[in-house]
Amino acid sequence: MITAQIEPAGRKFVKVCDILDRHQRQASNLVPILQAVQEEYRYLPKEVLTYVATALEISPARVFGVATFYAHFAIEPKGKHVIKLCDGTACHVKDSIPILEAIRKRLNLSGSRKTTPDMLFTVETVACLGACGLAPVVVIDETVHGQMTPESAVKLIDEVMAKEVA
Amino acid sequence: MNNGANGNGKAHAGQRRIVVCAGTGCVASGSYGVYQALVEQIRAAGLPIETEFRPESTGELRLNKSGCQGFCQMGPLVTILPESLLYTKVKVSDVPEIIERTLKQSAPVERLLYVDPATRKRCRGVDEIPFYQRQRRFVLNECGTIDPECIQEYMHHGGYAAARKAYVEMTPEQICQEVATSGLRGRGGGGFPTGRKWEAARTQPGPKKFVICNADEGDPGAFMNRSVMEGNPHSVLEGLMIAARAIGADETLIYVRTEYPLAVKRMRRAVEDAEKAGFLGDNVFGTGKPLRCHVMEGAGAFVCGEETAMIASIEGLRGMPRPKPPFPAQSGLWGKPTIINNVETLAHAVRIINQGAETFRKLGTPASPGTKTFALTGHVANTGLVEVPFGATLRDVVFEIGGGITDRRGKVDPDGFKAVQIGGPSGGCLTREHLDLPLDYDSLRGAGAMVGSGGLVAMNDQTCMVSIARFFMDFTQRESCGKCVLCREGTRQMLALLDDIIEGRATGETLDLLQKLAFAVQKGSLCGLGKTAPNPVLSTLRYFREEYDAHVFHKCCPTGQCKALAKPHIDPVKCKGCTACARKCPVGAITGEKKQAHEIDQEKCIKCGVCADTCKFDAVVGI
Repeated sequence: MITAQIEPAGRKFVKVCDILDRHQRQASNLVPILQAVQEEYRYLPKEVLTYVATALEISPARVFGVATFYAHFAIEPKGKHVIKLCDGTACHVKDSIPILEAIRKRLNLSGSRKTTPDMLFTVETVACLGACGLAPVVVIDETVHGQMTPESAVKLIDEVMAKEVA
Repeated sequence: MNNGANGNGKAHAGQRRIVVCAGTGCVASGSYGVYQALVEQIRAAGLPIETEFRPESTGELRLNKSGCQGFCQMGPLVTILPESLLYTKVKVSDVPEIIERTLKQSAPVERLLYVDPATRKRCRGVDEIPFYQRQRRFVLNECGTIDPECIQEYMHHGGYAAARKAYVEMTPEQICQEVATSGLRGRGGGGFPTGRKWEAARTQPGPKKFVICNADEGDPGAFMNRSVMEGNPHSVLEGLMIAARAIGADETLIYVRTEYPLAVKRMRRAVEDAEKAGFLGDNVFGTGKPLRCHVMEGAGAFVCGEETAMIASIEGLRGMPRPKPPFPAQSGLWGKPTIINNVETLAHAVRIINQGAETFRKLGTPASPGTKTFALTGHVANTGLVEVPFGATLRDVVFEIGGGITDRRGKVDPDGFKAVQIGGPSGGCLTREHLDLPLDYDSLRGAGAMVGSGGLVAMNDQTCMVSIARFFMDFTQRESCGKCVLCREGTRQMLALLDDIIEGRATGETLDLLQKLAFAVQKGSLCGLGKTAPNPVLSTLRYFREEYDAHVFHKCCPTGQCKALAKPHIDPVKCKGCTACARKCPVGAITGEKKQAHEIDQEKCIKCGVCADTCKFDAVVGI
């Protein structure tokens, strides 16, 4: 669904050019450039990465190296709703893993399959969101939900699903 | 700001003020809604109200949002001054009662007050709550009262006086000297003397130098820096300015974790406001000296908390560390002298310049002076942000401030204490025998742990220490940048060995190999990540050897947490013979007649746990 929404190639590079210009087309700004690209497309499309490499006069390998090094960057398209489960120490000792299992089971996902085929949900774990006082924590599209249980997490997903259907 | 712990940010003594906590925790619990409801309903009630800070204000009632007040678990928090009433878990539906009783009749809403679980006593406010009572809040002092997005309010509390003093009245030598005398040590984990670091960069030749604020708080289970940036971002910026003046830098950078969107937003706002106020720019405080500040978001790599890796990341490369020396103070960002300081270190520097080194040294121990913030989480009654002087004991923090250990259901269990993990994936665990150990850099190192950034995760007796070691190993293994072979491959193999232990494949040799490998990884890694990655394993091996032995030699997990070692069986008394579990079992391991107690064949069982989930009578035990 998301991939289908991408505009023709020409338009796409106009946006990337904007981003590059905002960062003075400097290779030293590679991380912020990739962040801006990801904000625009929700992931880092391959052709955009090679375009960025050419524009910055650096090798595509360096751009791919950086894009795959940092956990925040996604090479694969993400679903419409991103569910992040915190598995920091505090959440972990307060049983975050059963919540992850319940969410994955509900959406029929696994450790290697993170996005639903209809591109509606992506489930990922993050190391720590710094909301340890509310452990265990689940974040759905930037909204933090604290003191979760497997049941309440699944209920939240059902609510998002219900809104999608409506 | 100037009077330390009891300042409490009372801008206008006696002024009625309502402070709604807007830290990440309270926002998640709905504090924005409470704030909005307060604004609307107070206005509707016809009371005069100010939501913006005005220094000349004579207004009767001021309402503002604040940064993290530290007591995250009880959020959303609403503090009412001047009485210092603290309302916990406030909901939008509580707002009318707060207005009616507290604002109109000056009486507390009893049911919103915090109840001390130990004494069952209702605490009227901060001064009566043990969680706050035993703390000495300096870095965090104003986090819970002032409006973090308002530079005027920060200045009204004496803000930017230290930076002005540093630029106008002091020489760089004097600043370095003052900080060195204070004995301030880096709060990011290493504990290196800050004054010495600054002096090393100051004496480097050349006009171009950098100061970087390390706000890449990657340690899972720690959120001190986030709270300071969200609650009092200007204090961080002011510290950064002092550091820049001390070494003669004209460019600074704040590297914030991308997982902290609110901290990024507030730091950016603080920089913009400081620019507008003329504190940053071409002519800092009229001295003709330039100073710029950039805010950069990290991209989710734990290793970037390491100085040289952070520099690589800022230069647009993969965040991989390089060998030291040369130290960043000699050759750092773009080959120029660079100092990198933690958020909390910089916030302390402000107070040292304001009040002098001697005042700073009054708290803490001689070798570790001052206070330290800790993020107290895990199985404790009061989770949250804590600031205590160095030298406070673990018992003080966990039992007095934290309110004791909780069991699985969240009830306080007086005998439940098992261990505390300090310093995250680089640290170690402390046990019952360490409860009276003073928390400071050197005693902790002696016990095989470290202060680290300050994450304190308390664990109850139902926690499997082998699983905890595995959890940290899994984390460091994933976060290893891959440069050093022993870190990249060694941590992976250590994880595999721990999996063998947890899944019942281990022998006595596994433990020997694990230990040998741990020492090899420590020795053969370039940066702190690899050097400290084996710490959680080594310290759990040291203090909880019998738990490892139980897993390895008896194939059993004493806490029952390791699924693969579980031996599920059916309690014949509870089993009603409904056959539900037998029908659900994917491998046909459960047999039994209808209305008769069933049995699990241990040979066939794959320990998936479906039977336990299915059983309505809780008859399946041991998994």
